[in-house]
Amino acid sequence: MRKLNLKLHVWRQNGPDDGGSFQTLDAENISDHASFLEMLDVVNEKLVEEGKDPIAFDHDCREGICGSCGMVINGQAHGPQKATTACQLHMRQFESGDELWIEPWRANAFPIVKDLVVDRSAFDRIVQAGGYISIRTGSAPDANEIPVGKTHADAAFDAAACIGCGACVAACPNASSSLFVSAKVAHLGVLPQGQPERFDRVRKMVSQMDAEGFGSCTNHRECEAACPKEIRVDYIARMNRDFVSATLRAPNEVAQRKAPSTQR
Amino acid sequence: MSLSHESTELNSGEPTGPIEGLWDKFQEEMLLVSPANKRQYSVIMVGTGLAGAAGAATLGELGYQVKAFCYQDSPRRAHSIAAQGGINGAKNYQNDGDSIYRLFYDTVKGGDFRSRESNVYRLAELSVEIIDQAVAQGVPFAREYGGLLDNRSFGGAQVSRTFYARGQTGQQLLLGAYQALARQIDAGTVEMHSRTEMLDLIVVNDRARGIVTRNLVDGTVEAHLADCVVLATGGYGNAFYLSTNAKGCNATATWRSHRRGALFANPCFTQIHPTCIPQAGAFQSKLTLMSESLRNDGRVWVPKNRDDISKDPVSIPDAERYYYLEERYPSFGNLVPRDVASRAAKTVCDDGFGVGPDVEGSRRAVYLDFSDAIGRLGEEKISERYGNLFDMYQRITGDNPYKTPMRIYPASHYTMGGLWVDYSLMTTVDGLFATGEANFSDHGANRLGASALMQGLADGYFVTAYAVGNYLARKGPSKLSMSNPEVKHTLDVVNSRIKRLLSAPDPKHTPDYFHRKIGAIIWEQCGMSRSGAGLKQALEEIPKLREQFWREVSVPGSGSAFNQTLEKAGRVSDFMELGELMCLDALDRDESCGAHFREEHQTEDGEAKRNDEEFSYAAAWGFKGSPDDPCTSDMPTHELFKEHLEFDYVKPSMRSYK
Repeated sequence: MRKLNLKLHVWRQNGPDDGGSFQTLDAENISDHASFLEMLDVVNEKLVEEGKDPIAFDHDCREGICGSCGMVINGQAHGPQKATTACQLHMRQFESGDELWIEPWRANAFPIVKDLVVDRSAFDRIVQAGGYISIRTGSAPDANEIPVGKTHADAAFDAAACIGCGACVAACPNASSSLFVSAKVAHLGVLPQGQPERFDRVRKMVSQMDAEGFGSCTNHRECEAACPKEIRVDYIARMNRDFVSATLRAPNEVAQRKAPSTQR
Repeated sequence: MSLSHESTELNSGEPTGPIEGLWDKFQEEMLLVSPANKRQYSVIMVGTGLAGAAGAATLGELGYQVKAFCYQDSPRRAHSIAAQGGINGAKNYQNDGDSIYRLFYDTVKGGDFRSRESNVYRLAELSVEIIDQAVAQGVPFAREYGGLLDNRSFGGAQVSRTFYARGQTGQQLLLGAYQALARQIDAGTVEMHSRTEMLDLIVVNDRARGIVTRNLVDGTVEAHLADCVVLATGGYGNAFYLSTNAKGCNATATWRSHRRGALFANPCFTQIHPTCIPQAGAFQSKLTLMSESLRNDGRVWVPKNRDDISKDPVSIPDAERYYYLEERYPSFGNLVPRDVASRAAKTVCDDGFGVGPDVEGSRRAVYLDFSDAIGRLGEEKISERYGNLFDMYQRITGDNPYKTPMRIYPASHYTMGGLWVDYSLMTTVDGLFATGEANFSDHGANRLGASALMQGLADGYFVTAYAVGNYLARKGPSKLSMSNPEVKHTLDVVNSRIKRLLSAPDPKHTPDYFHRKIGAIIWEQCGMSRSGAGLKQALEEIPKLREQFWREVSVPGSGSAFNQTLEKAGRVSDFMELGELMCLDALDRDESCGAHFREEHQTEDGEAKRNDEEFSYAAAWGFKGSPDDPCTSDMPTHELFKEHLEFDYVKPSMRSYK
């Protein structure tokens, strides 16, 4: 087992209206078997024992599925390892003596709560706008009455694997959330169950995405490279196609979505 | 803390009659709230995992005014999301003879005859509807080429009744429930409060009427009132510190409700999952579960010779390997239930055959080897089945499981115990319900694979709304004012507790320091195997640790801002009280059953020995101290209430997997 000593430059910011700046901290004697977040735990433990303010960061499951964690490490969303969330990134990816620059997701639509913690409620509001199939509890037909071909089922699953972490937004030069939105549009839009609301759904979700202040997609494809679940940009093309189709079908019904209440 | 055996009887309140008709009868007899009146009633839902999100969405859809709360930044992050394996449904799509009765039978037997038959039967009945509901929502379950749903056998079941979505079944089911919840939020029937933690229960005239919460972003402490409160806040597996739970999972909502009168049942029934990635060092913050399905193709072994424990496993010839599950349990082999597999791993490691790196003085891991399966089926086939799990293992450990055996060790995973509830999922506090893992009702002393998701959704989609509606119809509408003295009092209690956490007289250690300590005590004495002497020792150590906590916990910052250390400290303070009750319950239950293994009670070959004559009951503990003040040293007396369990359908027998 190797032990690492690292120099961390961590973004510290007290709230959305605070200026914020980098603070330099030492991470000493870190096992290469530790995860990136466990390395931050060690640093925080020392800060708390000294009565100092620990680094705030979001995390929960620590097994790469809840989507809570997320930070930009040396300029890369979730750090250097492909298809890996920050919590699954382990210190064996680094060398002793490395300097690490650790920052929050930066996007106007994700106001900073504290340090590395951002407010991603915009994602919730996009799903609330239409990211579902309207089915009343108890009214479903027998599950095998809706056959779904395996290729469609697999395609829907690939899109449904999105964990809503926001790395796509952080990686995008435009802070676009197109990959996140298109993944949900595709997951539900591919399945037969999702057809009745398919065009209404894409119209509402895209309108909400715009209202939240996310940028537009200009095909940089940084999102796909950063996505820990390897969601493909093909879904964005699919979303755009469905959106155009939706506006042609009902040009007067482009949804007027509420501006978010917590936007700062 | 001491025992007081008053043995007051508890009644489940289930309808009478043949078990097949109980749930129908409940629905026929329940009172209804008319559609126009539903909006007069408000319901608080705490927790938005499978049980909470499904329950809130369904209540909102029916027209009740729902306020939902979660500590995470979004309801989509609840830890239900991490369930890998699958969900059982007695559909018999595979034509292999499955039925509702068979699922019921397996679950009662798997729970080692310590669950309530009526609840389990309802669970098996509803399992069928859950699959329909999820598919209609767009949950992408695995399918066959013909377009119909695929199933697999899971957790040693003799039929293929498990529906799955790759290794992400929990994620997909939770997203289905989350989307249903999102739809109701948009419709205005559910008011969602994310990053908000429940810190106390408001009880007025012996009835649950609301909760006190802390907004985790700005620290605001406030009261929320309603006609009833539902807790869907999950289990307490994090009491062990190292567990497969998410870091935020906690018992605060259930424990503080327990302090206000809700009985806590079977706290010693905790499930230790056999296949988790072992601890790598003192820094370890959580353990990661590897799906149980790996045991379908992986063979579990340790070296036969203690000299080989640090050797490269690939270099150890077959004859020098001890395939202990296959040898001890020839008919089930590597697929024995979780409690049996976990205990066997502990035994071989205790005996000095554990492998892997030495962590704090001991080697605690066994091999899970795929080389035979890879030889038989090819690497491609194995990758198709378990590719994502193998990748995860490699990311975490740095080892390639295609080339060298995985190392696994059991870890705290799920808690069968929880708040005592009657047939309608109501606790002993009028108007307080507990659903999903937060209650104790369905899994007895051991939970079978693929049944946690099933219970969360059965409670959430199908039981909560009827139980709540029936309750509200009987109570009628009533308004409570924020100026009620009980509301103000509960707010004061919460505020003074926060202040106390922030101002320990001699701050030295982090909340995590204390969490590790309490975790180590209960893992050692109340984990995979327990003894009277060990439990008594734990019961002496815990009050001392608690005293030290309140004297020395260091929580920098203030209560009126984002403060993750403060959140943690509050949760750890509750684990230290709950941990003591776990030990007390384990001491009281002087038998072995399911996951509760008392060393004094085992058969000659080391299997759990039940004592049905004396212990065929659910042990529900009542808190007898002041509900307001945290226990800083000795915990006041707990009172034991018993619900006697009758087995009219599945006759208790000795579980045997030989």
